[in-house]
Formats: sequence, C-alpha cells, structure tokens
Amino acid sequence: MADLFVPLKPVSPGRRIALGILGFVVVVAVWWAVTASGLVKPLFLAGPWATLQAGYALFFEFGFLNDVLVTVGRVLGGFLIASAVAVPLGIVMGAFKPVEALLEPLISFARYLPASAFIPLLILWAGVGETQKLSVIFIGAVFQICLMVAVIVGGVRMELIEAAYTLGAKSRGVVLRVMLPAAAPQIFETLRLVLGWAWTYVIVAELIGASAGIGFMIIDAQRFLDTGQMIFGIFVIGVIGLVSDFLFKQLNQRLFSWAAS
Amino acid sequence: MSSLAIEGVGRVFPPAHRGGAATVALQPTDLAVAHNDFITILGPSGCGKSTLLRIVAGLDTPTSGRVLMDGQPVGGPGPDRGMVFQSYSLFPWMTVRENICFGLREKGMPKAEQAEISGYFLEKVGLRQFADHYPKTLSGGMKQRTALARALANDPKVLLLDEPFGALDNQTRALMQELLLGIWEADRKTVLFVTHDIDEAIFLANRVVVMTARPGRIKCDVAVDLPHPRTYTVKTTPEFAEYKARLTEEIRVETIRADSMAAE
Ligand SMILES: Nc1ncnc2c1ncn2[C@@H]1O[C@H](COP(=O)(O)OP(=O)(O)OP(=O)(O)O)[C@@H](O)[C@H]1O
Ligand SMILES: [Mg+2]
Repeated sequence: MADLFVPLKPVSPGRRIALGILGFVVVVAVWWAVTASGLVKPLFLAGPWATLQAGYALFFEFGFLNDVLVTVGRVLGGFLIASAVAVPLGIVMGAFKPVEALLEPLISFARYLPASAFIPLLILWAGVGETQKLSVIFIGAVFQICLMVAVIVGGVRMELIEAAYTLGAKSRGVVLRVMLPAAAPQIFETLRLVLGWAWTYVIVAELIGASAGIGFMIIDAQRFLDTGQMIFGIFVIGVIGLVSDFLFKQLNQRLFSWAAS
Repeated sequence: MSSLAIEGVGRVFPPAHRGGAATVALQPTDLAVAHNDFITILGPSGCGKSTLLRIVAGLDTPTSGRVLMDGQPVGGPGPDRGMVFQSYSLFPWMTVRENICFGLREKGMPKAEQAEISGYFLEKVGLRQFADHYPKTLSGGMKQRTALARALANDPKVLLLDEPFGALDNQTRALMQELLLGIWEADRKTVLFVTHDIDEAIFLANRVVVMTARPGRIKCDVAVDLPHPRTYTVKTTPEFAEYKARLTEEIRVETIRADSMAAE
C-alpha cells in the first residue's frame, strides 16, 4: 500500500489498466446503488440496466446508428474545414511576425465569442441544415487552432532555424522544411485537443433545430422523459470521444516516432 | 591572402528595459584570418566569443565595423560560413544521413550527388552504421559528429564552431578533437573555433586568440608552431606545456578580472 504513494513513481502497465477500470466500476456502482435503492426516482435517473435496455432499443428499433453517423460526420466535417483554414494561417502567423501583429488581436477577440451564441444567428443566415451545423463547429474550432498553431510555430527552437540558415536555407526553406516539421507533432496534439471540443459544439448545435444526430435524439428523449435514452446518448458521445482520442494518439506516435518522448 | 577579415566589429545590446544600461558585448575587434588558418578563440565566460562568431556567421549584426569574406561584406547567413553550435542543433525528424544532406538539398543538388557526398562524410566521421538513425537515438558525441559532417558536407569556405565539444565528457572530447584535426590536416579549411579549454585551444590551433573579460576585445594572438600531423601525444611535450603555461596566465588574469567585475 505504501508504495502507491511515492511521488512520481511509475505504475506498472497491469496496475494502470486495473486502476483505470476501477474508476469506471466505482462510478457505475454508485449509480446502481442510488437508483436501485430508490434514493433517486427513475423519472430523473434511469439505472444502469434500464439505460442499457434503452440503448438496445435505440439501436434496433429507432435507427440510432444513423444519428451517430450523422453526428460523427458533422464533427469531422466541421473540424476538417476548420483545420484546413486554421493550420496554414497559424503557420504563417507563427512564422511571420507582421502577419501575427495584424491578425493576433482580431483572432484573440474572436476566440472568446462563444460558438453556441452564434446558433440563432447562424440559423437566420444558413437555415437549420448542415451548413449551420458545420458552421457552429467551424467557429468553435477555427480561432483556437489558429492561435495555438501560431504559438507552436513561433516557439520552434531558434538553433534549428539558425542552423538551417547557415546551411544555406532561405525563408521559404526555413518555414516549409524546418519550422513546419519541427512543429508538426505539437500541431497534431493541438488538433486532438480541439477535436474533443468540437464534440461539445456539435451536440449544442443539434439541440436546436435538428432532425437527426445524437443531440437531437437526446432532446427528443426529453419529451418522453426517457432518462435511459438520454444517458445512453451521453454515454455514446463519451465512448466515441475516447476512441477518436485513442486513434489520434496512435497516429501521432506512428507519424512522429522521431520525436523524443 | 586573407579570406576572412573582421574589421572593427563591435556589438552593443540595447537595454532590456527603459532606463537600463546597454550591454557592451564586444568592443571593436580586428582579426585577419588567413586562408586555411585554424584559429581558436579563448576567453572567460561572457566576453563576447559567441557574439563574435554569430556576427561572422551573419546571425547577428554588429553595431560597428564589418566582416569581409574575400573582400565582400557579409550581409546575412550563408552556406559559405558553416556553423556548429554547442547545443545540439540536428533536425530531429531527419536521419543522420538526411541531416547531412540538408544543405545540399536546399541547394537543389541532384539526389545521386547528395548520396555520394553524404556517404563520404558519414565515413569520415565514422557514422556509416548509424546513417539511418534518428538523432534521439545517438550519443552526444555522435550528435556533434553529425553536426560537423552536416556543416562540412556543404563545403563552406569558413567553418565556425562555438564550443562544439563543450557538453561532451573528456574522453569523447579528446577523440572529437583528433577527428576534427585529422579532417583539417587532410582537407584544410579556414576554421574559427571558440572554446573555454586551454588544452583544446592549443592542440587544435595554429593561432590562439585570447580575449579580455567583458566587454571583450582581443588581448593577444599566439601562433602555435607544433608540427602536424598532431596526435594526443603532443599534449605531453615540453613545447605544449610552455604554450599552456603562457595561455593559462593570460586567461587567469582575465578570469579574475571578470570575476571581480561580476562581484561589483
Ligand atoms: N541577445 C542578447 N541581448 C542582450 N545581451 C546579450 C545578448 N546576447 C549576449 N548578450 C550579452 O553579451 C555578453 C557576451 O555574450 P556571449 O554569449 O558572446 O559571451 P561568450 O563569450 O560566448 O560567453 P560563454 O563563454 O559563456 O559562452 C554577455 O554579457 C551576454 O550577457
Ligand atoms: Mg558562448
């Protein structure tokens, strides 16, 4: 027991997995206890078993798979468009200080505009179709990515850049063949982080004026007071988030095995 | 014939904050470097050795004076002045071979020619077996050998080294000195080499330049007439000891001065 509480002492892989599972088990056990004992009414919180049954029904009777795919599609779509705009812009900002001076105050300001507050306006402009959903995610992600990429690129070690210059590289070569690859692992790490945030934006977007998607299902379930379906929907979001995070990390390690861990 | 001329080069850094004092990093300094000279620059910490080297490399601009390469004023960094830094400056996403090819690729050299040149220098610094390794898997000595090969592959007119072996242990350091000197004895190059280490300075150089404490200027310029090729055994000869005694005294005075200035 004592060796569990030595500061910074690493845990063995087996013990790490066991502890991770323990965390989930404790939460589910508490959940089960408060619902099975009648402490919390099923009207407010369905128990674990009822939630699973609701999930089964969702997939096999209500076509929930389609909702999941629609939501995943929206997240990826909005996220990819935001990345395609923000990563190059962030690189240019990070590399060229006048561009940064021009855009940084503007984007820093825009970053604090909450994406969800744009939803009514976006509905006015783009209706309630996919354009509006993608726009919410785009607004939520694009400024964040831009600023973080600029900081990462601006922080590339000066020695690498100077070494490149003394080897005959010009500005273009320094940006494309030194700053970009040097910053790439951290840029990917940033994208992984922002993808997580994109999930929260998409659900908010789907709570208003949607006809499909996980968020829509949750709002729909609320009308029938089906807490089992609502909880299951939230649970699915968590699982997809966990999986995409894991895949992103794997991709990172594969692409950037040269980086010192 | 002088290939590199440093004429009245000085550097004053502006105050870091308003009302602060400006830092005189380097007093106006003159140094004429002949073709194929191997000059080592010795001096107490903070006397402006790195500043001088960076100005020659074109990475910093002097506040007075100028640097001439074959009569042409230096405007910025360029492949004619290769540099090896003290801190490891290899590109971590490139293998040893790709690092060595970096300058050649920037030049737009055909792949086959790049392979030939990188092969030659990999052999020269003894890293053929490690050609496809990434820097993170190399020891400190191997990293600096790669950095040296990368600078040499570009065939610069002047090679600038800023305490390149400073972070290495003594044994590795001695091997690196012999390696560098061997390359210089075989191919000849104009070299400016900054170091703290008196033995290293004498062993490598045909001229040792000693700088004063900050703000630095050149205090003395000692020609080293030890025969080539030199091996580590030269370090135990009486001639070597004589140079060492003289330079130790010169440096001691400056270090004491630097120390008492820091105490004020
Ligand atoms: N960018 C800078 N801004 C302000 N002062 C600087 C800057 N770079 C160097 N200096 C100052 O200039 C002086 C000379 O610095 P330099 O790095 O050239 O010394 P050095 O001889 O290489 O020292 P060391 O042996 O410790 O490497 C130092 O006092 C340093 O603090
Ligand atoms: Mg220095």
